[in-house]
Amino acid sequence: MLAGFFLKLKDHKIPVSIKEYLMLIEGMKKRVISPSIDEFYYLARATLVKDESNYDKFDRAFGEFFKGIEALAGATVDVPLEWLVKQVELNLSPEEKALIEALGGWEKLMEEFKKRLEEQKGRHQGGSKWIGTGGTSPFGAYGYNPEGIRIGQDRSRNRSAVKVWDAREYRNLDDSVELGTRNIKVALRRLRRFARDGAPEELDLDTTIHKTAKNAGLLDLHMRPERHNAVKVLMFLDIGGSMDDHIKLCQELFSATKTEFKHLEYYYFHNCLYDFVWKDNRRRHGERTRTWDIMHKYGHDYKLIFVGDATMSPYEVLQPGGSIEYHNEEAGAVWMQRILDVYHKAVWLNPEPEEIWPYRQSISILRDIMGGRMYPTTIEGIERAMRVLTKG
Amino acid sequence: MRFKGTANYVATDDLMLAVNAAITLERPLLVKGEPGTGKTRLAIEVSQALDLPLLEWHIKSTTKAQQGLYEYDAVSRLRDSQLGDPRVHDISNYIVKGMLWQALTADRPVVLLIDEVDKADIEFPNDLLRELDRMEFYVYETKELIQARHRPIVFITSNNEKELPDAFLRRCFFHYIRFPDKDTMERIVDVHFPGIKKMLLREALEVFFEVRDVPGMKKKPSTSELLDWLKLLLAEDISPEALRSKDRKAIIPPLHGALLKNEQDVHLFERLIFMARHNR
Repeated sequence: MLAGFFLKLKDHKIPVSIKEYLMLIEGMKKRVISPSIDEFYYLARATLVKDESNYDKFDRAFGEFFKGIEALAGATVDVPLEWLVKQVELNLSPEEKALIEALGGWEKLMEEFKKRLEEQKGRHQGGSKWIGTGGTSPFGAYGYNPEGIRIGQDRSRNRSAVKVWDAREYRNLDDSVELGTRNIKVALRRLRRFARDGAPEELDLDTTIHKTAKNAGLLDLHMRPERHNAVKVLMFLDIGGSMDDHIKLCQELFSATKTEFKHLEYYYFHNCLYDFVWKDNRRRHGERTRTWDIMHKYGHDYKLIFVGDATMSPYEVLQPGGSIEYHNEEAGAVWMQRILDVYHKAVWLNPEPEEIWPYRQSISILRDIMGGRMYPTTIEGIERAMRVLTKG
Repeated sequence: MRFKGTANYVATDDLMLAVNAAITLERPLLVKGEPGTGKTRLAIEVSQALDLPLLEWHIKSTTKAQQGLYEYDAVSRLRDSQLGDPRVHDISNYIVKGMLWQALTADRPVVLLIDEVDKADIEFPNDLLRELDRMEFYVYETKELIQARHRPIVFITSNNEKELPDAFLRRCFFHYIRFPDKDTMERIVDVHFPGIKKMLLREALEVFFEVRDVPGMKKKPSTSELLDWLKLLLAEDISPEALRSKDRKAIIPPLHGALLKNEQDVHLFERLIFMARHNR
């Protein structure tokens, strides 16, 4: 039975391993828990789930797998139903009660109600609200509304076994789209490369011993610089136009990058890279930097990151004079190729979802120019990009 | 040995079960949660409840796994050798025991707290895999194998600043301390300030959860901040009415410095309250 549960978790893409499964069984053998499904739920969660963002997936898998078992135990609907009947009765006048009798009696009404309840569960509208909405509507049809919402609230206090995972309290923690700066930083950390430079502050034990031995045993201390993250990053950010939709994302990405790398240089461009870039958007027409100068200034050990949606007319990439900013003598593609020849480690981060890339011609063109090194701005995409940048 | 919470620590059912599972199965328990929800406190309370000594190993960004096992003080040995100290002939004189070593060789089981494991380098947890799994390690300098006389109860806390490697996670139990709801929060406050005026508490909690609900807050106030704030309120003897004053001048709650730790948050909060008042 537990093997089935284990596989169910795998189906729900929760990273579980045999080791953890054995740990769970060991825990049951050693009687860490009393035979109650609630405690089993807690134990299984503590052993099998190692990240709070997976709690919700676990709740869902658990609910699905143990659905049959709950039904056997009869803990699901019986308790609240009885309670519901009482609550409804309290709110009814004698005439209304008579009306119910006429409509087929409590039994039938409750049957209907139960059905609705089941239905709603199937669609996973967890939480305490669904009883409220589910509760009021069938009763509404019969002409009275016994304060449906109150029923829902009271029931949640009446902790039945199902409640814990059906409540799915961790719902908002499972959000693979959410991109906080911390997550980006974690992804960017892949790019760290340590090197020793700067002032010597740390005792270099090996050299000290070596030198001391050479010095006929007279102590000869040697210091060395501490390790620092020596990665150098050159960043080009697309700004304005179609990028307006992605401002928040880019800000987050940018602030994460800024704190993570000591050597970070950034410039803005619009749509595609041409002969000029700029550092300050307010003075973009006054203070511009020639792309040539950048290529000469920063050594080719810099890693290049483009951030942009690459969404534009194909002419802007392929034709001289295609830029919407000014007349460019050489096509964007030429400039892209030029800068890629200087900086071999380069990626393009694209905030547009990966699925739509094939449908936009300019994205495909730029992706080809980048040699396929275009990645979506999700955590997973950034991680892939960083892996490419660190390789070799 | 079973942990059932203590007089001054409110543990939820799932937390207690996770602790007990970790104790029975002798595996480390990894505790995550928002800052200030009592992750570090947990180890301290468990050691008190079970009456076991507590060893704390605080991790910093420069901490190496080896420092938890032992360190070989080569420099003082070199120095001693020049001074002709007889101690120099025995290398074990220069081995400094780390927290983990102390925990493994203690006369009785101990509680070992590895605090903020995510502060260290990304490889740090990987370097401790075997030590935490088998509870043994080898000292190369003296060629001895240190094995656990009693397996310590290990608590590891993390603030989620770095992801922990899978291999490490697989060896641990995991518990995420949720932010307490209002009922639990009342119990927690009750434990820390018995006899606090009901009115004041209710008003304070109201304000507290209101502040937490402000969208776009950089650092949400947490349990420990609430407790600090209540302490201040009690010390200053602020009346419950003052917390809810409709006075236009008192824009933000008194002594808000205990709750809001970021000037942008204070501005944001002021602005929101101002707008709310304005619409009234």
